[in-house]
Order: sequence, then structure tokens, then C-alpha cells
Amino acid sequence: MRALARRSGGRRLLLLLGLVLAVAVACAAPPPPPPAPPPTRADLVVLLPGPDGKVGAIAVQEDGRETVLNTPYASARTGVGGQMEPSQASAEEVRSLFADALSAAPPRPITFVLYFIEATDQFTPESQALVDQVMVAIASRPAPELTVAGHTDTVGTDQYNDALSLRRAERVRDMLIARGIPPSSIRAIGRGKRELRVPTADGVAEPRNRRVEITVR
Amino acid sequence: MQTGCRTRSRSREMLVLGLGVVCAMLWAGQASAQDAGRVKTVKGTVYIERGGQRELALVGAGVRQADTLVTGPDGAVGVTLADDTLLSAGPNSVLVIEKFVYDANQPGSLETALTKGTLAVVSGRIAKQAPDAMRVKTPAAILGVRGTEFVVRASAGSP
Repeated sequence: MRALARRSGGRRLLLLLGLVLAVAVACAAPPPPPPAPPPTRADLVVLLPGPDGKVGAIAVQEDGRETVLNTPYASARTGVGGQMEPSQASAEEVRSLFADALSAAPPRPITFVLYFIEATDQFTPESQALVDQVMVAIASRPAPELTVAGHTDTVGTDQYNDALSLRRAERVRDMLIARGIPPSSIRAIGRGKRELRVPTADGVAEPRNRRVEITVR
Repeated sequence: MQTGCRTRSRSREMLVLGLGVVCAMLWAGQASAQDAGRVKTVKGTVYIERGGQRELALVGAGVRQADTLVTGPDGAVGVTLADDTLLSAGPNSVLVIEKFVYDANQPGSLETALTKGTLAVVSGRIAKQAPDAMRVKTPAAILGVRGTEFVVRASAGSP
């Protein structure tokens, strides 16, 4: 009987020891790691300054809410639980996140302006020389294309000026084709008096508005 | 002196003409009137998907409305549209040209969707025509582009 009691006391001691050990081990174990931060699942848009430092604007819409970005490096994250987050990015952040997209950008289109003698489709002599520069710009670009846009001053009707501006553009297009540019890469358009380089009232003869703009892209 | 000058300008003219001809030869006949724009830069693997077909994108290839541009892990691509909009995508990107309507004398419309990856944009004439004429969609947002330069990353929809 006593022997039994002693044996059972020993068993109890063993149990206690085990419990203490278990608690000690549990306490010594590092706390469970905090949950990993969720992967960046936000969309991000950053407004950039242009080469002249000017910025435009972007209206960012998410779930009916709208934020307008209109300062350099203004940014917005969307897709974070419907909570659009406007903030400010830095040039460094943009460079690191968007380096590949930015370096794949095509060359910026360049525009040359050729002027015409009033009521004719004849160039001024200075403009004749510009054509060489146009050819150089074409030669330096990958898969170059051209838009040749004719413009007039405000003397005459819309109809007259649309026709005159297109005639000027086509004359320039033909000249470029004669220089070896494939016709399929040139688009000639007549803008009439819609896009004045020098704003004037209607019916004003203004040499700087009588022009063809060649955009090489 | 007069003669020397004339000769020099003559030879310059010939050089320029020569450059023009070389250019013309480099222009492969891949472009068509239906094109919204052309591929201007390619790095690594880039595809154009059109009507269920997938083709490797080369410099000079035409890009049309409803085309999808896909870049590989090493890929990047730059496209210039007919209204002078510049689009360039980085690696692992998917860019859909959903809508391109452009006429210099009429209001046009440009809608693209970046479903994955990164995109740099310089807006062109369409964005100048009207405030809502150009839009870029991402999985979580719609961007109304009022000009001119910006970058976008689409991650909200990725796994």
C-alpha cells in the first residue's frame, strides 16, 4: 500500500516535471512570425513633367470616385480595397519602377514648318532649304512616317481654304515622294483655317498662317 | 568659290537623297491604311495578338485597333500612333489597343487597357481634341488623359 502510494507520487512528480518542461519549451519558442505583407497589388499612376517642365492632367477614376493629378510626380494607387491613395512619387521611384518602359519609348515626333507665297502652292525660298532637314530627321528614325498638314490664313471661305490647304499638303507630299519616301508612309491632310499659328480675325492675310507642317514620327 | 559652294551643296543634296532612298528600302511593306500606328522599338520577346493569332513584333510592324501587345520577361516595346501618341511597355506587360479613331478635322477617340505590367505614355493629338477623348484602363481604375506624360503600373489584377 505504501509502496503503491510512493509509486503514484513518483508518477505525479514525473507529470509535473513534464508540464514544466513543456511550458518552458513553449515560452522559449520564438513568437509566430507576423503575416507576410501582402504583395503589392495596387495599380499605380504617376504624372510626369514634359521635356519643357510642363505637366498635363489625369483624372483617375475608381468605383465612381475621381482624383485629378495635375502636378509633377503626383501619383495615385488604386485597387487597394477601393481606397484610392493619392500621394507624391519621386523621380527616383519612377526611374526604378518604369526604367524599361521609359527606355522603350519611341523618339518624339518632330514638326517642321514650311511657308507659302500668298494664294499659291509655292514655297518661300527659306522653306525650300528646310526640306533637307526633314530628310535627315526621316533617315534617323526607326520605321519613319510623316503627316503633312496644310494650313491657310483666314482670307476666303472654309471651303476655299480646305481645298487650298490640301493642295499645299499634296504638293509637299509629292515632293517627298520624289525624294524617295514611300507614298504609304505619308498622310497628307488639309486643315484649312482651323489651326492658326498666329491668331487673327477672319479675312486677314497673314503669311505665318500660310504653311505646311511636316511631322516626322 | 561660287562653284565650290555649289558643288558642296550638290553633294549634300545627293547624300540626303541617298539617305532617303536607303530609308525607303528599310521600310518593309508591312504597313497598311488600317493601321493605328507602328512599332518603333522592340527589345527581347514581343508579340502582337490579332484575331487569335500571335506574331512576333518587329520594328515597322503595323498596330491596329483591337490588337494586343504582349511583352515577355525580357521584353519591351514602343509604338507611335497616327495622332503622335507614344506608348511604351516594359517586361511582362499586356496592352490592348481597344479603340483608335482619328481624323485631324474631327474629334477622335483612343482607348487602351493595360491589364498587366508597366506603360509609359506621351499623349498626342487625340487627347488635345477633347477632355474625354483618351482613356487608359487598368484592372482597378480608368484614367482620363488630359495630357501629356505619365507612367502606369497594373498590379491589382495580377495573382
